[in-house]
Amino acid sequence: MNASLRRLVLVVLVVLPLPAFAHKAWLLPSATVLSEGQWITVDGAVSNDLFYFNHVPLRLDNLVITRPDGSAGAYSGGHTGKYRSVFDVELDKPGTWRLAIINEGLFASWTENGESKRWRGSEADLAKALPVAATDVQVTRSHGRIETFVTAGAPTTAAMKLQGSGLELVHDTHPNDLYAGETTRYQFLLDGKPAADVEVEIVAGATRYRSRLGEKRVTTDAEGRFEVTWSEPGMYWLEASASSTLEGDALASQRRASHVVTLEVLPQ
Amino acid sequence: MSRSPLSLVALILPACAAQAAELSVSVEIPRLDVAEYHRPYVAAWVERPDRSVAAQLAVWYQQSESREGHGTKWLPDLRQWWRRGGRQLDVPVDGVTGATKAPGTHTLRFGAGSQAVAALAPGSYVLLVEASREVGGRELLQIPFEWPADEARTLDARGEHELGTVSLELVP
Repeated sequence: MNASLRRLVLVVLVVLPLPAFAHKAWLLPSATVLSEGQWITVDGAVSNDLFYFNHVPLRLDNLVITRPDGSAGAYSGGHTGKYRSVFDVELDKPGTWRLAIINEGLFASWTENGESKRWRGSEADLAKALPVAATDVQVTRSHGRIETFVTAGAPTTAAMKLQGSGLELVHDTHPNDLYAGETTRYQFLLDGKPAADVEVEIVAGATRYRSRLGEKRVTTDAEGRFEVTWSEPGMYWLEASASSTLEGDALASQRRASHVVTLEVLPQ
Repeated sequence: MSRSPLSLVALILPACAAQAAELSVSVEIPRLDVAEYHRPYVAAWVERPDRSVAAQLAVWYQQSESREGHGTKWLPDLRQWWRRGGRQLDVPVDGVTGATKAPGTHTLRFGAGSQAVAALAPGSYVLLVEASREVGGRELLQIPFEWPADEARTLDARGEHELGTVSLELVP
């Protein structure tokens, strides 16, 4: 391998996003708009196509269910198979529920004996993993959210409270109140601050039955705001990722955060 | 600013007229030749131009529990109705909710003393009738109207699959 090719490989390695972001991760609820006291079943998968199970399941380890009053909810029947995970939730309280997989961790790269190494793990494990001889150590804090919302009865907002960490989406219109032909305004926040110039990708489901992906791409403005006009009803996948430099962090120099939300747009 | 007695009369008259006015809504549920037929869920309501609900006129749904759960489970299938106030409504509601109806034409009358008529200040409105059928389709019809009517009139809309003719009769 000549020097320029080696440099290219190195650049590709550094620029490549985390493996989990190379495919599309999502939660897919059986319904988003329900009357009170119903059950939903939810699929979770990481796939190339929307919303089909064809790659790996989405692990349920970091699943956080938020009930309409903000308290933690539970699921039953959790199962992780070859291509997807499945779980059921009894919507035993009226209002809006949030289902979220929240993954937090560290991503590190370094050089050891002239070879570049990559590692993922928790903060506690980094010290053990990092060899004494490592040079060019780069540590990134990663934070990923994969969310969806369901509402029993009238929509509420307590479960949508912002947490101030990671890449979070402020919904100007309630996520279970989206209708074809209407325009919805959003704002992305990175660790609680407006996330400017973030590219947002929006893809409608049922990709198997059309030849063009037809994705929409919008970029957030200086305030982190953007808007989406829902041309057709359907289930949509909205994704964005953002990175920033960390100042005054003893461990990491970079921050990388991603956000995925599955949204259902109903016909008029 | 002082108002002349004449303009005061002009203000009061339409309000008086509205109090005497009546409306009735006829909903035709078509007879369908299908292997598995269930009576549709039907909602009828009146919206203001800003799409807020002025009056809930009727909601027909399965009132009992079945193997598939309580009839209220399927109320969100009346999608527009659910969005426009159904989800805020604590069913059953006296004089509004009722059992599903057989194919045929069903007429709802709202007299001068009714809550629905009392809720209508003079202005522009839209009557909406939505039907949704288990293992079937969904249809939404709209009839814009001015209230109160200047003369007796009947306005129609014709459905294509889940609803037959819906007519709105206005009595000034």
